[in-house]
Parts: sequence; structure tokens; C-alpha cells
Amino acid sequence: MSPAVRAYLRSPAGMIGLLLLLAVLGAALSAGWLFPRDPLSLAGRPLQWPGQNPRLPLGTDNLGRDIASFIFHGARVSLLIGLAASAVAVGIGVLVGAVAGFYGGWVDDLLMRITEAFQTVPNFILLLVLVAVFGSELSVITVAIGLVGWTAPCRLVRAEFLSLRNREFVLAARGLGMRDARLILGEVLPNALPPVIVYASVVMAVAILLESALAFLGLSDPNIASWGNMIGAGRSVLRAEWYVSAIPGLAILVTVLAFSLVGQGLNDALNPRMQVAA
Amino acid sequence: MRRLGLLALRRLAQSLPVLAIIMVGLFLLLQLAPGDTVDALMAQMGGGSAEDAARLRAAYGLDAGVAVQLGRYLLRLVSLDLGQSAIYGKPVATVIAERLAVTALFMSAALAFAFSAGLVLGVLAARRVNGWPDTLISTLGLVFYAIPSFWLGLMLIVLFSVHLGWLPPGGFESVGAGLTGFARVLDIASHLVLPTLSLALIFLAIYLRLMRASMLEVMNLDFVRTARAKGLPEGKVLWRHVLRNALLPMVTFVGLQFSTMLGGSVVVESVFSLPGLGRLAFESVVQRDLNTLLGIVLVSAVLVILVNFVVDLLYARLDPRIGGAA
Repeated sequence: MSPAVRAYLRSPAGMIGLLLLLAVLGAALSAGWLFPRDPLSLAGRPLQWPGQNPRLPLGTDNLGRDIASFIFHGARVSLLIGLAASAVAVGIGVLVGAVAGFYGGWVDDLLMRITEAFQTVPNFILLLVLVAVFGSELSVITVAIGLVGWTAPCRLVRAEFLSLRNREFVLAARGLGMRDARLILGEVLPNALPPVIVYASVVMAVAILLESALAFLGLSDPNIASWGNMIGAGRSVLRAEWYVSAIPGLAILVTVLAFSLVGQGLNDALNPRMQVAA
Repeated sequence: MRRLGLLALRRLAQSLPVLAIIMVGLFLLLQLAPGDTVDALMAQMGGGSAEDAARLRAAYGLDAGVAVQLGRYLLRLVSLDLGQSAIYGKPVATVIAERLAVTALFMSAALAFAFSAGLVLGVLAARRVNGWPDTLISTLGLVFYAIPSFWLGLMLIVLFSVHLGWLPPGGFESVGAGLTGFARVLDIASHLVLPTLSLALIFLAIYLRLMRASMLEVMNLDFVRTARAKGLPEGKVLWRHVLRNALLPMVTFVGLQFSTMLGGSVVVESVFSLPGLGRLAFESVVQRDLNTLLGIVLVSAVLVILVNFVVDLLYARLDPRIGGAA
């Protein structure tokens, strides 16, 4: 076992996070097998409390949907959107950050001003604008969440590139006549990635929170089983049947907590001196 | 004082290109949006011929080249003309101005609460590292960070408004109660308690982790050891020496996080029906009022720049090493 893996296994935060993450992953994988019916379809009389009907362990919401089935299928949606959106965010961030940090000068200046512009506009408001302009299909939402989240990974990659680009191994590779693209991808990037990998778990957590907030406001794709969607639907029966909103919220909490804890564990294992300040 | 003045000028000059990029970005989004002003007008009039549309486009200057249109758009924005709101039938600038006060009050309350509670909890955790208060506080911080604000808002309404009946479930003040003076202040404050808690909790978690880390770092510095060695009591070392220096990163973070907080207000204001900027943003998405939405983007960007500007000045005042030559 490599020392990094051993360090991760020693971190209590990392282990609890890993267990929670496995639970969410298990729910996502078993959703189709445990609940083969469409989670958006009518499963029984609306507003049955959890435990009231043994066939529906978590009860039904005000639209008669099976809450347990919705939670399991929702895990799929959350993980998929989180993963895809983080890939977009980290991809753009690495690309922009690498170019800015590697070339420096006016290229860096220009790219950093653009990064600052994205950081200045509140990310949820930018997300609303993108949804208003491009619509709310699943693919649009995913790319939009990625588009509002790339600035932090970009800054991380840029900082790493700035400190690495004049190291001896890079200068040596340059002296051998290596081209810029190969220098960036083959030499500098592999050394700049560890902090980005740690940060990717924070990006995942934020992406899942953003999607659930959009779905809660009814601005996400209405044809998917998103946890936020059910919390929003439960609002109209909040006074008496508060469990409709409460249960999917707990699912979001557990998932986001899992990613934060895994991030902390990775951080303890990979860069023991660095603090992840959210 | 001259040092601060120079710093202020330089900071403002740095934010101009950022603002320009945002404005160009807004223009590009308007170009990408399906349909323009004339399409919207024609739809309102119940349709019309292609010649009518062309005439209207000429009247609105929409037949000019993209570069000319961009120039006109930027000029309008700089003169604070944000266009007409489609749903309110008023200039966007007026609609936004009416909502600004509520959001400003709400943001200040959330920021003040998150900052001060995060500070106190962070100090408490750092005083006994790895003791039970530290473990408890750090765990709470992780959980707080994972709670979606809108869900917390709903659960607080269930507990404090529906079951206990202590606090109102939404709105900015009791409409029609005719309260004045101190009674009105109390009324508004009671309406703001739950929204403030919902929005601030995530930021409280961030501040407390930052404060704890920053206290631990400063505690290991030489000057703290000196202070201890000369026999200062522990409390005095902590408050006079450690805390002051540990506060600097916290101040920076207020600026960095303000933009995220403003974004978070959209959801929380919608949950509690607070008539602020965030709720306006939500309404304008639902009602397809793109002019108002883009106006909000611009105003919130200016707000973020102003807050960061104030934070920078504050930082320079707290830390005399900043702002000299470089």
C-alpha cells in the first residue's frame, strides 16, 4: 500500500466520508433493481406518512410518488450531474489556469481578468442567467453549473504552474526542444494535479448543492428525479406533511457531507500542510 | 492616510477592466438569447408583418452591426440606463433600487452573524485543539457546510413558525399593522431571524474553519512565544496578540465570499418571500424578463466590487505592511 493510501485510511474524516459515499453510490446503483418503476409515476394514495404503508417505507409525497424510490433514483441524478458538472468545471479550470500560468505576461493578465469577472458575478445569479437564456434541459444545466464553478480550480492550477514552470526539469525538457503543448501536458500538468484532485471533491459538493437549489426553485429539468425538485413540491404541504421536504433534504445533506469528508481525507493524505478553506 | 488613498485609487482602477468584461459578457448573452426586443413587442401586439418588424428594428437600432450595437449598449450601461422591465413596466434601475434596501439589510445581518459566530467558535475550538470542544465544533462545522440553505429555511419554518409559533414564516414586515418607530424595527428584526440563520450557516462553517486554522498558525509564531515568555497571562496573549493577527485572513474572506452569499440570497429570499434583489432575480427568470435579470447581474457585480474595495481598505488599515510601495 502506498503511503498516501495509508494516510487516507488513517484519517477518520476520510473514512466516514468514504462510507457515506459508498452508501450513496450503492443507492444510485441499486435504484433500477430495487425500484424498477418510474420514480415520477403515481405509486399510491398521496401523502401517506413514512411507516404507514409497509409497501412504501418512506411514504408518498403530495403527487403520490414513492419517496423511497425517488430518493434512490435521485442519488443517480445527483451523482451524475455532480460528476459531469465537476468535469466541465475542472476541465475549463485546468485549461485556462495552465495557459495563464505557463505563458504569464499579457496572456495571464487577460485570462485572470476574465476569471475575476466570473468570480465577481454571484455564481447562482449567473446560473439563473444561463438557464434563462439557454433553457433548462439536463445537459444545459450540467454545463451551466460547470461554467459557474471553474474559477477556483483555475486559480489553483495557475498558481502551481507559476511555481513549476521555471523548475529545472521543465527547463531541461525545454532545452531538449520539447514543444509547449508537450511541456504543459507531459511535464508540468502531472505535477500540478494533486491539489486539483483534492479540490474536485469540493467542486462536486458545490455542484450538487447548486443543482438541488435550481430544482427546488423549479428551474431545473422537470423530467428527472432530482431531490431538490421534491423539496420544492413538498413546500405546498409543509405545514402538516413536512416529511415530504425533510427526507430529500437529508439525502442532499448526507451526499454533500460525504464529498466534504472525502475531500478532507484526501487533503490529509496528499498535502498534509495545505488547508482546504472551502 | 496618503498610503490608503493611493491604494484605493489603484484598486478602483483594477476593477474597471473586470466590469468592462462583465458588460461585454452581458451583451453577448443578449445576442445569444432567442428573440430580441422586437420579437417580444410583436408577440405582445399579437403578430405583424415582416416589414413592421424591420421598421421596428430600425427604430430600436437593431439593424446596425454588432460592434455598433455593443458600443451603444455599453454607453447605456455606463449612464445607468438598464432598459425597461417587461413585467413591471418601469425602468429596470428603478425596480432594482426599490429592492436594494431589503437585500442590503439582509446581507449585513447574515454577514455579521456568520462572521461573529464563526470567530467565537473558531477561537473556542483553537484554544483546546483536539479536545472535545474542538471535535464537537469542527464536526458541527462540517455538517453546517453540507446543509442546503433552502432546506434549512423550510425546516426552521416548520419548527419555529408552525409548531412553536415564535417567529413569522415569511415576508419583510407585518403588512397593515401600521407599526412605527421601535415597534417596526422589532417587527422587521423578527422577520429576518430565520432567513439570516438559513443563509448564514454555511458561511459560519467556513469562517469557523478558517478562524480555527488561522489561530493555530499564529499561535506557533515567534512573537507569541515572546509574549508568553515575558509572562503575559494566557488570556491576554490570546486576545491581544493571537486574535488580532488571526483576524486578517477572516477579513479577506468576507470579500471573497460576498459574491457567493449574494447568490445564496436568491434561494433564501424566495423561501421567505423577502422582497429583495435575490427574489427579483428569481421572478425575472420565471417571467422571462431578461432586461431585469441582466440589470441585477450588473448591480450585484458592482456591489461585490464595492464590498471587496472596502475590505481591501480595512485590511490595509489593520495590516500596516500592505499598500506601501508595490
